[in-house]
Amino acid sequence: MIEVKNLTKSFGDKTVLQDISGTFEQGKTNLIIGASGSGKSVMLKNIVGLFKPDSGEILYNGRNFVNADRDTKTDIRREIGMLFQGGALFDSMNVEQNVKFPLDVLTKMPEDEKLDRVNTMLKKVKLENTNKRMPSEISGGMQKRVGIARALVNSSKYLFCDEPNSGLDPMTSIKIDQLLAEITDEYQITTVIVTHDMNSVMEIGEYILFISNSKKLWEGTSSDIIHSGVQELDEFVFANKLMRKVKAMNG
Amino acid sequence: MSNLGRYIIFLGKLFTNPESFRTYVKLIFDECAYIGLNSIVLVAIVSVFMGAVSTVQTAYNLISPLIPDSVIGLVVRDLTILELAPTITAIIFAGKVGSSIAGNLGTMRITEQIDALEVMGINSVSYLVLPKIFASVVMYPFLVILAGALAISGGYLAAELASVVGSADYLMGLKMNFNQFSVTFALIKSVVFGFLVSSISAYMGFYTKGGALEVGQSSTKAVTVSCIAILLSDFVLAQLLLVR
Repeated sequence: MIEVKNLTKSFGDKTVLQDISGTFEQGKTNLIIGASGSGKSVMLKNIVGLFKPDSGEILYNGRNFVNADRDTKTDIRREIGMLFQGGALFDSMNVEQNVKFPLDVLTKMPEDEKLDRVNTMLKKVKLENTNKRMPSEISGGMQKRVGIARALVNSSKYLFCDEPNSGLDPMTSIKIDQLLAEITDEYQITTVIVTHDMNSVMEIGEYILFISNSKKLWEGTSSDIIHSGVQELDEFVFANKLMRKVKAMNG
Repeated sequence: MSNLGRYIIFLGKLFTNPESFRTYVKLIFDECAYIGLNSIVLVAIVSVFMGAVSTVQTAYNLISPLIPDSVIGLVVRDLTILELAPTITAIIFAGKVGSSIAGNLGTMRITEQIDALEVMGINSVSYLVLPKIFASVVMYPFLVILAGALAISGGYLAAELASVVGSADYLMGLKMNFNQFSVTFALIKSVVFGFLVSSISAYMGFYTKGGALEVGQSSTKAVTVSCIAILLSDFVLAQLLLVR
């Protein structure tokens, strides 16, 4: 479980996150949603430690990440897996080397065991027989799946995804969403996904935190979102024609 | 000044919380191969011509019948060992290796590969930069030795082919009044230049912000700042080690 308490972050004079709190539970797909520029990616980067919050607490199963000493921070970081927006695969390594990388650097596992684990993860993300292909030789959707395999290969307890569907067609997006939900349930990990894709929200959102203008305006589940009563959230959710039709059909 | 401060902090991070030794071994060998072997051809071509041109121009300028031809060999030798081999090669090194380091790290930064390392709990500065600096400091002196040997050989070829000086005179000049400290001085300079080029270029690349345009700008800046640092440190080292 990850608890975020009163998180505030500014860049110069501009406050990007203001007093945001939320709880991301284990075994659930937790979504941070909001319009572009609302601060959701900044929130994610604060949670994983790429930015330091101005104030507030981030608790990983009770361990405060913000003020932790270096060793505790390293321990927590080694339980984290992250899928970046562009995949962030290492260009100079093939698929197998990319997925094996955390095991090579962070563990003393025998080579056979590492390869077993890599192949299991690649099978899990449905990318068998792509071991020797370079990132430039595979599609965007496949790169995202390699990124997921790499994020989880070291038995991560926390999975963070920054816009996992960006740049993907709707069919591939749904497959990625389903894969994330399946993995979250199977490994009982805490998954936090930043997205503005309404398909993902409706498909896999078990806990949703909505940010607008640097503030948390709403939290709840995908079944509650249609009746939130928050104007900014309604504008976000029902921005496209299809969602407006869904709303009309639901009365 | 703020950049100088950030550069010093950046260097400090190289040794903070490093990964295990075995992690670095393969990386260092890879970098040595990349930095050393990939530069050999360019350094060799430039050095041979540098030596040849130095010989022809020295011969052209020494027209007094009172100065023996063997002095041409002596001038080319000292010029090569003290300045051409370590310093001019360093500028070539900055152009080839420095821009490559900055471009490589800049691309890794803008495609979030460096963030990926940080999230995994890996000290990205130490993991990515330390092997490059170590490889540069180890390999650059070898390149300087090669450059020196080839430049002097280039001078000999010019002496033979262009007949500007007899080969026997040239060889005699090479042995004349030889001061061994010149070689030590050249090697000290090469270690300093290897460190400066790799660390400055890594710093420029590592803190790239933006997109493809900024990666190009970082590479250009890396070469420019490295060249200035080479020339400045060249003067400081000469002042410290040669002036009595």
